[in-house]
Amino acid sequence: MIPSSAFRSSRWLAASLLSLGVAAPAMAQEDPIKVGILHSLSGTMAISETVLKDTVEMLIEQQNAEGGLLGRQLEAVVVDPASDWPLFAEKARELLAQEEVDVIFGNWTSVSRKSVLPVVEELNGLLFYPVQYEGEESSENVFYTGAAPNQQAIPAVNYLMNNIGVERWVLAGTDYVYPRTTNKILDAYLKSHGVADEDIMINYTPFGHSDWQNIVSEIKAFGSQGKKTAVVSTINGDANVPFYRELGNQGIDAADIPVVAFSVGEQELTGIDTAPLVGHLAAWNYFMSVDTDTNYDFIDAWIEYTGDDMAVTNDPMEAHYIGFNMWAEAVRKAGTTEVDEVKDAIIGVSVPNLTGGYAAMMPNHHITKPVLIGEIQDNGQFSIVWETPSTVAGDAWSDYLEGSKDLISDWRAPLSCGNYNVVKGSCGGSETQ
Amino acid sequence: MKIPPCLRWLLALCLLACLPLAVHAQAQAQAQDDTGQSLLASLDAASYARMDGAIEAIVASGDERSRGWLEALLGGKLQRHKETGRFVVVLENRGRNWPVVDALTGEALGEMSRRELDRIGINNALRGQLQSVLAVLDLRVDDVGARREAARDLLGRVDEAMVVPLQGLLEDEADAEVSRLLAQGLAIHRLEQGDAAAIESLAGSLNPEARAALSSAARSDDPALAEAASSALADIEQKLRLNSGLETLYFGLSLGSVLVLAAIGLAITFGVMGVINMAHGELMMLGAYTTWAMQQLLPGQSGLALVLSIPAGFLVAALAGIAIERGVIQFLKGRPLETLLATFGVSLILQQLVRTGISPLNRTVVSPEWMSGSLMINEGLSLTLNRLYVLGFALLVFAGLMLVMRRTRLGLEVRAVTQNRAMARSMGIRATRVDIMTFALGSGVAGLAGVALSQLTNVGPNLGQNYIIDSFMVVVFGGVGNLWGTLVAGLSLGVINQVLEPWAGAVLAKILVLVFIILFIQKRPRGLFPQKGRAAEG
Repeated sequence: MIPSSAFRSSRWLAASLLSLGVAAPAMAQEDPIKVGILHSLSGTMAISETVLKDTVEMLIEQQNAEGGLLGRQLEAVVVDPASDWPLFAEKARELLAQEEVDVIFGNWTSVSRKSVLPVVEELNGLLFYPVQYEGEESSENVFYTGAAPNQQAIPAVNYLMNNIGVERWVLAGTDYVYPRTTNKILDAYLKSHGVADEDIMINYTPFGHSDWQNIVSEIKAFGSQGKKTAVVSTINGDANVPFYRELGNQGIDAADIPVVAFSVGEQELTGIDTAPLVGHLAAWNYFMSVDTDTNYDFIDAWIEYTGDDMAVTNDPMEAHYIGFNMWAEAVRKAGTTEVDEVKDAIIGVSVPNLTGGYAAMMPNHHITKPVLIGEIQDNGQFSIVWETPSTVAGDAWSDYLEGSKDLISDWRAPLSCGNYNVVKGSCGGSETQ
Repeated sequence: MKIPPCLRWLLALCLLACLPLAVHAQAQAQAQDDTGQSLLASLDAASYARMDGAIEAIVASGDERSRGWLEALLGGKLQRHKETGRFVVVLENRGRNWPVVDALTGEALGEMSRRELDRIGINNALRGQLQSVLAVLDLRVDDVGARREAARDLLGRVDEAMVVPLQGLLEDEADAEVSRLLAQGLAIHRLEQGDAAAIESLAGSLNPEARAALSSAARSDDPALAEAASSALADIEQKLRLNSGLETLYFGLSLGSVLVLAAIGLAITFGVMGVINMAHGELMMLGAYTTWAMQQLLPGQSGLALVLSIPAGFLVAALAGIAIERGVIQFLKGRPLETLLATFGVSLILQQLVRTGISPLNRTVVSPEWMSGSLMINEGLSLTLNRLYVLGFALLVFAGLMLVMRRTRLGLEVRAVTQNRAMARSMGIRATRVDIMTFALGSGVAGLAGVALSQLTNVGPNLGQNYIIDSFMVVVFGGVGNLWGTLVAGLSLGVINQVLEPWAGAVLAKILVLVFIILFIQKRPRGLFPQKGRAAEG
């Protein structure tokens, strides 16, 4: 699966000879910078993660075409953790200990990230994690380029509350850590805004749930009590397709009971006929329909790279785009790929995002992002109906949960702590779960 | 947020009255283009809040093209060319380059890319407004079906400005159903205004909008109104109880029919032949992918493709089944553990083959028109059509399979070989051939299940995995080797699951069903309908 390095370097030698002429031999002698890619290419998560592997490979190819980094070429090292959470840890170890990669881009599910975490910390690696997640975590070695709850869930709920006038809430999710933590935060947030207990319905379903008849009919009944109702969906992956189909078939119109989803993007919609879903919402930090030139360039490059005219882009891809550019910028700034120096250099680095603004790396290893709310269109795209006036900085520790609201994360010296308790004044505050 | 100026609805009526007058001379065309352009420009420039007014201006203009504009706006297809400022309607908005026509003249402008165009976006509130505007227009067409649809759309959407025109329409309406719906729509509006008299006309209505209006009236500060609404609501709840019982039964049967479909092929290969085939789910996946491939071959004819993929799915899965039988299973006869492991390997290989060969991403299988939506029994109860079809299909497949097993030579030979292989062989039955045919039959039925599932769930490499455990569960519960057992087990497990789900939650309901089966098997190890006779004891 991994092309031999001899083959790779000879190809690059040829490439750099072509592009750089006489200067080439001196440059090609240096070892390439190794970029590890830790995304599932088989198993359940392959549906979402394969495109992320391709994205990083495309970014590497583009970087190499521009002459690489620090005069060295980049080389992708791809491993397949096969949607198997413990295997993620082993593969991460293989990347860091055997392949000695300089940086890793990878993971999708929170459980896989949790499994990789101790390895990356032990071997002092760098991991860029591109997916929206539940927060409540900050590691010295991980950079979270996806959204924290305050960059997705909370603004979406605010939009529903203030712009649509929603009073009754269904929190529906898949039964695992991300939806449970997010719903806990949302439940606390809604109650702090005066929503009564009986106006919140929480529902969990197993992974890959396919029979939604009962739940959708319950939602319908819950929504016909005379108060404006909305569904906040943290339903993950595949289960969304039958869920949305059932919504369409039971005639739940977005005008009556809008569903706002946090895990449904362009990629997931490719499996659905979206005509009955027009108007249902999703909250992300990027949509393929964003009208900026950088975005169109990115889409064109992606379509050319995949050779598929119908290929779609999505939010985690943008997160990798930002993460990769931030890392490259930090390497340039540090003048080396040494992990410790890159880690320090990257804080404060700011690179363009695809929505026409800039993303900056914060001291808590989260980035600034705009929050966009989009409505599903009949062509499987989203039309943006609302966005935050400026970017929002990711918050590692939620302000709405007991035990977590006193914590802050700041990896700059002298604090250098991921869970500093401002009340106790000490590092190593409580872990919340 | 809904405060549209009162004039809008009168103007909407004007629009239709004016249409005949709109026949115009060539000379007027230019002037008209200018007004059209400015109307559309005001749509484009405004924020969502102000687009409200721009839409009214379009309705008020009486322009004969306005309906087309509003529909294009509703579909997100009304766009502006960035450079020239020309308004265009996008005909097809998938892919990178879209065919467009000029919004004002209807002249085809060839293809334009997304980059050149600016979409005029709307949000849910505006979508609701547009739908009401279009629905009011639809109330005047000749087609009764369209009028009913429009009247139903207006339920719960009636606002102050619409009352007078709608009352006018109600008087002229010939169709009883449309009149009833309109009267209800108006009554809901009156109730929202606090008119207690309206409750009478809503009493007994099962419509969710009527119920929502009554529920909010029941919470109102006026005690008389609240009480009247509560008692009307109590009556409705009474009626709904029967409805919800029927609904749960239907949900259960439809989940059960999916289980039966998934398990019935297994009932043959596992139940009758005794082969533990872990790749059974992947054979279903092949059936589902056949449906997808068929739809790719026949673009735009999803219905025909679906019908054709029934035999095609059967064939593809049956051939794959034969390959598995010849390639793996025949060498492992009588070694169930090794068969289990080997077929599990086959299932992984098939999954990964689809991932690398086709795509790891799910494929879109379009539901044909006649399978989407639902069949309305009464206003509180409607049965989703796709599941109704699948239920019927499952029963058909079951009946067909029973026929094959009971009435054909193949069925006879299969039963003979499974009961006593040596005896059957000595009577001149070619046991190996029967093995192949049986396995092919079981696999083919799995393919049929896949075709049906493509209408309900994801078509992706993981499709089979989600059903394999359930299938084994149904076969074991029903009694190994008994097709009737599979049918009864599948349907009853479906119903049990759906009855438990509302109060136990989906996760717990699944666990409870599993626990129930384990306890049941402890009591009756051979399942619901055990095989009787000497063959069963071997």
